[in-house]
Amino acid sequence: MTKISNLGVVDTLEGLNKKEFSSVEVIKEYLNLIENDSKLNAYIHFNAEKSLSSAKLSDERRSKNEALPLDGLPIAVKDIFCVNGEKTSACSKILENFIPNYESTVTSKLWKAGGIYIGKTSMDEFAMGSSNETSYFGSVVNPWSKEGDKLVPGGSSGGSASAVAAKLAPVALGTDTGGSIRQPASFCGTVGIKPTYGRCSRWGIIAFASSLDQAGPLTRSVRDSALVLENMAGFDNLDSTSVNIKVPKFTDACSKSIKGMKIGIPKEYKISGLSSEVENIWNDGIKWMEDAGAEIVEVTLPHTKYALPTYYIVAPAEASANLARYDGVKYGFRKENIQDLEDMYSSTRAEGFGEEVKRRILIGTYVLSAGYYDAYYLRAQKVRTKIVEDFNLAFNNCDAILTPTAPTGAFKIGEKNMDPITMYMNDIFTVPASLAGLPAMSIPSGLNSNGCPLGLQLIGKGFDEETLFSIGAAVENAANFQSI
Amino acid sequence: MSLDKTTLERVAYLARIKIDASEINKMTSELNNIMKWIEELNEVDIKNVKPMTGVSNEYLREREDEVNDGGYSDKIVSNAPEKIDNSFTVPKVIE
Repeated sequence: MTKISNLGVVDTLEGLNKKEFSSVEVIKEYLNLIENDSKLNAYIHFNAEKSLSSAKLSDERRSKNEALPLDGLPIAVKDIFCVNGEKTSACSKILENFIPNYESTVTSKLWKAGGIYIGKTSMDEFAMGSSNETSYFGSVVNPWSKEGDKLVPGGSSGGSASAVAAKLAPVALGTDTGGSIRQPASFCGTVGIKPTYGRCSRWGIIAFASSLDQAGPLTRSVRDSALVLENMAGFDNLDSTSVNIKVPKFTDACSKSIKGMKIGIPKEYKISGLSSEVENIWNDGIKWMEDAGAEIVEVTLPHTKYALPTYYIVAPAEASANLARYDGVKYGFRKENIQDLEDMYSSTRAEGFGEEVKRRILIGTYVLSAGYYDAYYLRAQKVRTKIVEDFNLAFNNCDAILTPTAPTGAFKIGEKNMDPITMYMNDIFTVPASLAGLPAMSIPSGLNSNGCPLGLQLIGKGFDEETLFSIGAAVENAANFQSI
Repeated sequence: MSLDKTTLERVAYLARIKIDASEINKMTSELNNIMKWIEELNEVDIKNVKPMTGVSNEYLREREDEVNDGGYSDKIVSNAPEKIDNSFTVPKVIE
């Protein structure tokens, strides 16, 4: 019999429906793997009792022929989603012991669809990072690492990507602000989709940059992502930017032909720092699309090079406001032996936040402060408009855009964490779609000479995830990427 | 525009983050490098361009201002580092 943990989302559900195994058996197998993993550090918490009791209820529903769409499916959750009764810290010391007594909308929808909480995955602190090295709970290891040469899983959803790639979960939830689902998906050889801004509710997700944050799944196949996203998306009154629009059946889109579709190739993404291996995979992708009957068109996104600096004003500005709430009063860490209230705030925040988080709060505070607001923040908001206009024009001539997900494959732990700007460059291809709120997906497409995965990114029109799933499935078919 | 030590100290005060005297030089130079890189944006012609605050063009939804929730202050203070009954406590601010 196939090992249960080798199965993805669709196959696990099929096995459950055919009574080849029970949900309790599925959960026991994953809990055993998670508990015994000493290499990856992908998970930071799990709750065996909670998972097993949910699995029992799921098996009872199935025995009465009342199975729900995801009934019995284990789902790993990035530590940024509030899960009722489970420690939720965004991998920060400042929230180390925070236990929410409410549930995020996205996780609540998944539990209502029969999904089972299997554990919390590590991430960069407050989702600020591209290597998972800023997590308060330590670095996470990419399962593609070779002996003695530990590689980062990417970030910020590094624990989720590592867990899915290593088959410690069939699916894990991530969030993406500037590439935090897509870049780790690329580094770990998994599929990851950031849906259109407004598609998934942000309620109950610890906020980083509210105009950019979106939730999405990481899985080992395009169809698996489609099925999970179908069950987590949808309008929510509790999120003021949630969009009231019907959620299509994304799984149907996975088997749609891409014949005649127009796929745009933006020339500005051929940057000087692009490794030849990444460029080769990109060229392979272009050929696969032509073979599948799509038409390749060159498009131009002239403001691409300004996307990263724009992001590093907009995101820290929003973060500095969102993170003002961590003051040691209402929840989380409070510094002891303080002199007065003022000292309590500033000492708590100095010790509770890590270096990168502090850096971004300071940048955000600076660009919003009197005398600098117009020169930085207002200017960045205007450049953001230009970036959106670029995409609008490009989409007059194509149905989706194909690019690499990241300029390189996974790098070594410790290799890039000395210089912030070097680290920020990881997100050069993912940030533009984030600023424009567009859906974008990373699909594993090949390996570099170090034997590490490289992903291709598809960017779609707003609320047209279906086209991404159709093209993504075609990329997946042609790439024939093999999981570990 | 360069960010000097005095500006950094002012920003750190605004953000209520205590910075150790030993860290100030390093932090000033790090933030300066980032701000210099960001100045690339000065090349973009933004005349008559509208600033973008969010992705959605729609207006934020409105709702009736009515009580539809509440009565669980114990839950709200359950994560407080220090509390007395159902109240948060902080160091004394008046004599």
